[in-house]
Amino acid sequence: MATTTPAPAATVGAGGTPRAADGGATVVAPHRSVREHLRLIWQYRELLHGLVRKELKVRYKGSTLGFVWSMLNPALSLAVYYLVFAVFLKSAIPYFAIFLLSGMLAWNLFTASIPAATASVVGNAPLIKKVYFPREVLPLATIGAALVHFFLQSLVMAGALVILRYDVSWEYLWLVVPAVITLLLFTAALGIFLSAVNVYLRDTQHLIEILLMMWFWVTPILYHYTLVSDRLAAHGLAWLPRLNPMTNIVLALQRGIWGRAYGDPDPVTGVAPQLLPDASVWWYLGNLGIVAGVSAVLILVAIKVFDRLEGNFAEEI
Amino acid sequence: MAVAVEVDNVSKRFRIGDQKIRSLKERFITLRRQHFHDFWALRDIGFEVEEGETIGLLGHNGSGKSTLLKLIGGIMQPTMGQIRVRGRLASLLELGAGFHPDLTGRENVFMNASILGLTRRDVEARFDEIVEFAELEEFIDLQVKHYSSGMYVRLGFAVAVNVDPDVLLVDEVLAVGDETFQHKCLDRIHQFQRDGRTIVVVSHAPDLMRQICNRIAVLDHGHMVTYGAPGEAIRIFRDTLFMNAMERQQWLEARAAEEAAAAAAASKAHDEPAPGEPAPEPAPAEPVDPYHLSPLRITSVDLDHPNQDARTHLLPGEPLTVRVGFEAKEPVADVVFGLAIYDQRDGKLIYGANTDGLGVDVPVLDGPGEVVFELEAVPLLDGTYPITLGVHSKDEGTRYDWREQQHWFSVMNPDRRIGVVAFPLRVKVST
Repeated sequence: MATTTPAPAATVGAGGTPRAADGGATVVAPHRSVREHLRLIWQYRELLHGLVRKELKVRYKGSTLGFVWSMLNPALSLAVYYLVFAVFLKSAIPYFAIFLLSGMLAWNLFTASIPAATASVVGNAPLIKKVYFPREVLPLATIGAALVHFFLQSLVMAGALVILRYDVSWEYLWLVVPAVITLLLFTAALGIFLSAVNVYLRDTQHLIEILLMMWFWVTPILYHYTLVSDRLAAHGLAWLPRLNPMTNIVLALQRGIWGRAYGDPDPVTGVAPQLLPDASVWWYLGNLGIVAGVSAVLILVAIKVFDRLEGNFAEEI
Repeated sequence: MAVAVEVDNVSKRFRIGDQKIRSLKERFITLRRQHFHDFWALRDIGFEVEEGETIGLLGHNGSGKSTLLKLIGGIMQPTMGQIRVRGRLASLLELGAGFHPDLTGRENVFMNASILGLTRRDVEARFDEIVEFAELEEFIDLQVKHYSSGMYVRLGFAVAVNVDPDVLLVDEVLAVGDETFQHKCLDRIHQFQRDGRTIVVVSHAPDLMRQICNRIAVLDHGHMVTYGAPGEAIRIFRDTLFMNAMERQQWLEARAAEEAAAAAAASKAHDEPAPGEPAPEPAPAEPVDPYHLSPLRITSVDLDHPNQDARTHLLPGEPLTVRVGFEAKEPVADVVFGLAIYDQRDGKLIYGANTDGLGVDVPVLDGPGEVVFELEAVPLLDGTYPITLGVHSKDEGTRYDWREQQHWFSVMNPDRRIGVVAFPLRVKVST
């Protein structure tokens, strides 16, 4: 039987390829454990890397401006928001451009990943029908591509901070790292889940666009957090906005990059309005930790759901 | 011998809804009213493939053979049971699946190989070999969308076989590409066999299977009919195929009869002839037998071979006797009896003879009699061979009776020769 004798042939190929732990046998069964899924995804990390490269290459093949396009779109929306909120509506937020960009960095990553991830399994039908590989790699690859754009935008952001000689709060700046990790975990969980559901309910990819738009407005990116939380606090609901994982992530980024909790003092009263929670770096980190923990559990749940649904992918697509 | 692939009691069910629910709206509207019926593409399939073996999955369209291959390849999951595969697996299910038209050949090789499970370093080491095998040295940096379909397939095959698999899955791909490339593919598969790799191949071409397989599993409507030596398995495959054809024929006839009856009932109900008008013509009777007035008729045809009690088919080289009973209602002179054997696959005549050509004297016939054609040996390989029998005058001006391919015999080849004719052959190798 397969499990009792070691397979001599298993040593033939050069390493790093599908080789199961179970005595060299790959088992195709109705369902796989979540652990097995994670192991396979790790095993196929080269494919993930390749798919991200392909995604980027294909997107900019034959275009002259190439990667500039990926910067142009967020730059333009940034310009519009800045014009409307800082110039016309005279927002109370000082350095509004930096405040805005801090939140937009996270949001752009999220909003570039989710719709693409949702459509990823259906969009790669020919591959799914013909070749085996852990299918979760597809939504993850779209997140990877969005991450590359995120880094480019971050570079622009960093450049802007240096040129403006912006007074960065070093105490809070490192929040950026856990914030981005948390964001990736949450995006991955949602992306994996939606990509599988979309195979069976094709409306998901349209629905998600609308939901994302609403989600954008309930996340304090264009306005400051206290604008909403203070009003809710009057009803004893101050905790409500922080149920939104994106709010916690955006808050940490704003506190880390934009670096303040208060606006400029009022010229008449001398009181500075509070814009972000005036809390320690650990409060922000704690919130991120909760979101990251929940996201990690959600990833496991998403993989479980994925496992249930993927059995008929090749047939349903 | 270790087992390379173990298929353990595998079943696969497809849910076929009246309509696939694809949107939330539909799901809400139909709620629980969606009626599914289950379709079992595979039922309790179990077999083992030993390391170094080449096995074939043989079956007609819809037998579940491709589904089984996809399950072994991990592309779909079984509904019940499980499959164990030892070692690295590569499938030639579709060559160049996952090639992106906008990327160059080079980029696609890396992409495709990583989908198949190779690392970048592996591919770099084999890149030249892949390109050489595909014969695409000049075009490797061209976007794949400019490739011809042949180039596309060649590159796909080159990548797949260079994955260096322990278990290779092949699905009818040998039917693509030009002839030289097909030979190259076959060569490569033989080389895999010599290297002791395991191959699972799907086809509905028995001759190819006989050539390359050690064992064959025959599938029919999701059930495994047999799993064994190629010759026997192919015979069983032919039998099930033939049976299916018979069943279908019967079903078609039954339905045609039903429809005719219904149409007749309907026309009676609606088209009552108006008084004074001529009644509708009677429905045409059964096709008129063109020879029903002939004075000389064939009354019986019997095909005998020495082992007909044990099996219905012949082995290559066995004798066959064709007995033709006839009856002449009046004295008939100048008669020729003829026999022709065809190959069912392409309908080609492979043998024909008549009493005139053989110089056999046929007397004036009157009353019943029998002509016996004794074929001392039927040197044919696998296949079904219909026979045409005829009785006519010497100048063929009059056909007394004619049975066009109404009788047939089949030959099953237990060994591994291929083709149509079983030439008696002795091979000597001297050094």
